[in-house]
Amino acid sequence: MRRLLPLLLALPLTACEGSQSALSPHGDEASRVALLSWILFAGAAAIFALVVGALLLAWRGPERARAALAQERAIRLGGLVFPVVTLTLLLGYGVWQMRDAGAGEQQPELRIDLVGEQWWWRVAYHAPDGRAVADANQIRIPVGREVEIRLSSADVIHSFWVPSLGGKTDMIPGRTNRQRLRAERPGIYAGQCAEYCGGPHALMSFEVVAMPPAEFDTWLAGRAQPREAPATEEQRRGQEAFMAAGCGSCHAIDGTAATGTIGPDLSRFGERRLLAAGALRNGPAEVARFIADTQGPKPGNLMPSFRNLDDAERAAIATYLTGLK
Amino acid sequence: MTPIRERATLDAAAATLPRPEGELDKLEAAWKLPRGWRILSAVNNTVVGQFYIATAFLFFIFAGILGLLIRLQLAVPGNDFLPQETYNQIFTMHGTVMMFLFAVPAVEAAGVLLLPQMLGARDLPFPRLGAFAFWAYLIGGTVFFCTLFFGTAPSGGWFMYPPLTGAQFSPGVGADWWLLGIGFIEISAIAGAIEIIVGVLRTRAPGMTLARMPIFAWSMLIFAFMIVFAFPAVILATILLELERAFDWPFFIAARGGDPLLWQHLFWFFGHPEVYIIFLPAAGMVSMIVPAMTGVPLVGYRLIVVALIAVGFFSFGLWVHHMFTTGIPTRSLGFFSAASMAVAIPSGIQVFAWIATIATGRLRATVPALFVIGFLLIFTLGGLTGVMVALVPFDRQAHDSYFVIAHLHYVLFGGMVFPLLAAITYWAPAFSRRPLSERLGRWAFGLIFAGFNIAFLPMHLTGLLGMPRRVYTYPAERGWDWLNMVSTLGSFILAAGILVFVFNIVRHFRPSGSKPAGDIWGAGSLEWLPNHTYGLRSVPRIDSREPLWEQPGLAREVDAGAHYLPGTATGTRETIVTSPIEGEPEYVMRLSGPGWAHVVAAAGTAGFFLLLTVKLVVPAALCAVAAIVAMVVWMWDCDPPSAGEVDIGGGLRLPTYASGPNSHGWWAVAILAMVAGALYLSFIFSYLYLWVVSPTQWPGGAALPPLASTMLPVAALLASGAALFAAARLLRRERLPRIGLAALLALGALLAAAAVGLDLWAQWQAGVRPQANGYGALVYGHGVLQVQIVSAVVAVGLFAAARSLAGRLTAARRAVFDNLALLWAYALAQMLFGLALTHGFPRLVAEGLPS
Repeated sequence: MRRLLPLLLALPLTACEGSQSALSPHGDEASRVALLSWILFAGAAAIFALVVGALLLAWRGPERARAALAQERAIRLGGLVFPVVTLTLLLGYGVWQMRDAGAGEQQPELRIDLVGEQWWWRVAYHAPDGRAVADANQIRIPVGREVEIRLSSADVIHSFWVPSLGGKTDMIPGRTNRQRLRAERPGIYAGQCAEYCGGPHALMSFEVVAMPPAEFDTWLAGRAQPREAPATEEQRRGQEAFMAAGCGSCHAIDGTAATGTIGPDLSRFGERRLLAAGALRNGPAEVARFIADTQGPKPGNLMPSFRNLDDAERAAIATYLTGLK
Repeated sequence: MTPIRERATLDAAAATLPRPEGELDKLEAAWKLPRGWRILSAVNNTVVGQFYIATAFLFFIFAGILGLLIRLQLAVPGNDFLPQETYNQIFTMHGTVMMFLFAVPAVEAAGVLLLPQMLGARDLPFPRLGAFAFWAYLIGGTVFFCTLFFGTAPSGGWFMYPPLTGAQFSPGVGADWWLLGIGFIEISAIAGAIEIIVGVLRTRAPGMTLARMPIFAWSMLIFAFMIVFAFPAVILATILLELERAFDWPFFIAARGGDPLLWQHLFWFFGHPEVYIIFLPAAGMVSMIVPAMTGVPLVGYRLIVVALIAVGFFSFGLWVHHMFTTGIPTRSLGFFSAASMAVAIPSGIQVFAWIATIATGRLRATVPALFVIGFLLIFTLGGLTGVMVALVPFDRQAHDSYFVIAHLHYVLFGGMVFPLLAAITYWAPAFSRRPLSERLGRWAFGLIFAGFNIAFLPMHLTGLLGMPRRVYTYPAERGWDWLNMVSTLGSFILAAGILVFVFNIVRHFRPSGSKPAGDIWGAGSLEWLPNHTYGLRSVPRIDSREPLWEQPGLAREVDAGAHYLPGTATGTRETIVTSPIEGEPEYVMRLSGPGWAHVVAAAGTAGFFLLLTVKLVVPAALCAVAAIVAMVVWMWDCDPPSAGEVDIGGGLRLPTYASGPNSHGWWAVAILAMVAGALYLSFIFSYLYLWVVSPTQWPGGAALPPLASTMLPVAALLASGAALFAAARLLRRERLPRIGLAALLALGALLAAAAVGLDLWAQWQAGVRPQANGYGALVYGHGVLQVQIVSAVVAVGLFAAARSLAGRLTAARRAVFDNLALLWAYALAQMLFGLALTHGFPRLVAEGLPS
């Protein structure tokens, strides 16, 4: 494997949009760990070669080598002294790496609240004016700034993991964990729940969109502005159907009568590339199909299928929702 | 007869030759195996051991098939081969069955099968207990596995993290199957561990000091002690979670003062030692096979023993490395990171000791040797990735990803399955008329080695490319698809290898009680002496680690009956009990023969737990009654009166009865008390842990039961102690008042039970309710533990009382009383401490807190 790895690396490095690989780091922690990983792999390869070499020499080697390996001294040297020295060095390096892996001492430049829910992600930003901006399954962060994600859970244990940006941190009921992220360059980084959380755990993904800081500030300020009414007739009909079908009792769309908090906030639904926490691509056709059959693409999820709506109503709702930005 | 060599230290001519006629016939009659289907009532370690290991191997194959289903599902992205819920049940069962129904039972089975032969004993000290453990495991395990076919198997992952496995998020019966089924099988594992400890420490051949003991016995001894201290933690966890599920006592519900992380601490305090519990015996097997295949003694014997003990200790100090991502402060993580790395050192010592042994002799490339080489390569890689995940920064990426799946399979499959396959091939001739085929063995090894690496090596990369574990599907665009396909292909090559291995066994393994193929390898340890249903014909005095190499002609002498105990001294099954360190003969112990009571008891116990799971209370109760009756029947004849002193040859006369601290039964109870102590310590940890997490729920003085309420329970406990003391004095009398003694025992035990009841009543009166919060749950959870221990005292107390009435408990025949007294004293201590904890601690912390 150690010999194969460099070859295989060509693959992850080519993936830039939606990358979910610890070996193609685009964030502070991920870069540090990727470097550490390569050191570890090289060291492991060397030690493995050493053990295999010793084994071969002991078995079929020249008499002198065999005599040397047959001593208790060889056991002490190879099995005690050598590991103690290398492990101590490694531990020192590891602890030194840990010093800035956790929550830093200074205030983060931005805080984002993230709540794990079966089986999606509730996101809350804090606009400069203090207002909360709700979103789901997508996290926008400014490139180069240190962001603290405050992690909690609404039901069972989940785990927040964006491999290209950093390690994972669990989201545990009754606790609030913190993880700092800093993206090195703009891009979309995929993340996924890493702690088995039942049923469709496999379909609990999200994306981190790293934006240039100025763009991010504009975006966040814009999200805190009052929403405009639907622009097109189709969207207006969609909004009506959405409200009439009672979607607003679970979902919220700011500036409307929909204020439900059970399901994901849909105020910025049109900005998401993914639907149902990564089970599907987002788009009007997919949304319309999903409303009709939520259990097919994501078995076990908590949204009922709305078969009582007709095709036109579902299409209108889909148009309305995907237009929300 | 053959001339016997003279040796000063070796009491070779212990018994005079030739042996009297009829002696062998009597020995054979005492150890005769039941015929036909009645073989199921057999208790001989060789028979039960073979059943045991066959059952474990069967579960290995079943769980392996589940693994193949997992691989099929993941072969391509977006696969719909298995439905989501089925997949979740399958991966949960794959892990659970491999860990609890295969790995631990398999090594325990190897111990049952090999230890008596290796130590020169005729059988293990508690043959029926061993058989009971096996039957309980077989029945419980089979029912547990079959839940899969009804779609009601657990689906919370093999480490069952709440709240996912709590009543709210897993309302079905699946989690209960796990908690009751596995909890029950763990109890069977503990029974096996107790038997192994007493067997290794007390039934070795004369002269086999600890320093001459085979490494496998050392590893099994440490293995068994690790079970004694590690399993209670997970048993407590399962009790607490089942109480939460059944009665809504919120131990793990954060919103009500519990904490989900408590489960993780308890589970991994068991779960990490578990890995070494599985690995140590496997390492012990390797330490037996390498010298046999190289023809020289193990180099670095003492270093290996120290390494095994060190692993045992270290392994209890690194459970938190499974919790590096839970948000525990980095400062404390450093300690666990260091401990996790330190545990690699003893493994390094063993690897180099095996290499040194290979360098000293000439390794013959037999099938067992090939599997050992495969083990060395794979386990070394697993150890290296283990060091990687011990580093917190690296683990934050690797944790819960396929990298960890790869790592754990390298460690467990490499570290345990390879040695086990080596061991099966190696020891088969000791129990089978013919050895396994070398040619088929080579094919099996080649396929398994290649298949394993093709399946699991790519997973390291799959994980680092971001694939989390326990996903039933994944999208195509992640770049995981071809890696998964390769893994799936590898897994089927691996399976083909296992199939060849099984075919080899079916084709060539022919169990034989009296004429096994025997020592085809030229090995040096005692299990290669001629073996019969009764074990060795006579037990030699041992003065080296490789008696067969050091004492040529030993096999012939032993089989001619030239050594100790060449027949049966009392006409029944018996074995020599020796001192724990020096291995000097102390007394002759009589062993139980075949019977059905322990089988019925096992079936009843299993039925009780399993029927309770599906809430069939009445049938469950009936099973419990059947189990208790069967146990009483089983135990009633277990303490036969002394048969006087007997001659075991060589001028050595030994008593046939022992009681108190010298007896094997007392040792077993002492270890049982350690199990209870470990369970109770786990509880104290839980109590203090929840207090640290949410101290505000601990009530102040007013809400506690008044201190005066402890007076009655304390008085009852003291009275119970006094009754025990009085009974002990009474028992010394020549003319024993049977009814008085029985009354004292029964009354004393019931007084202890009353103490528990009175205290719980006081808590209830004070308004403490188990559903209210974590604190209330702990108070009554504590009550459950106290009820548990006091029930044992009451049961054994009444049993002893009945024996007194029947005239089976006297000044000379008092082993039952001495064993009871030990358990009783422990229980009183635990209950007094419990009163201090539940009444004292809240007051202590209430004073410290500003009110």
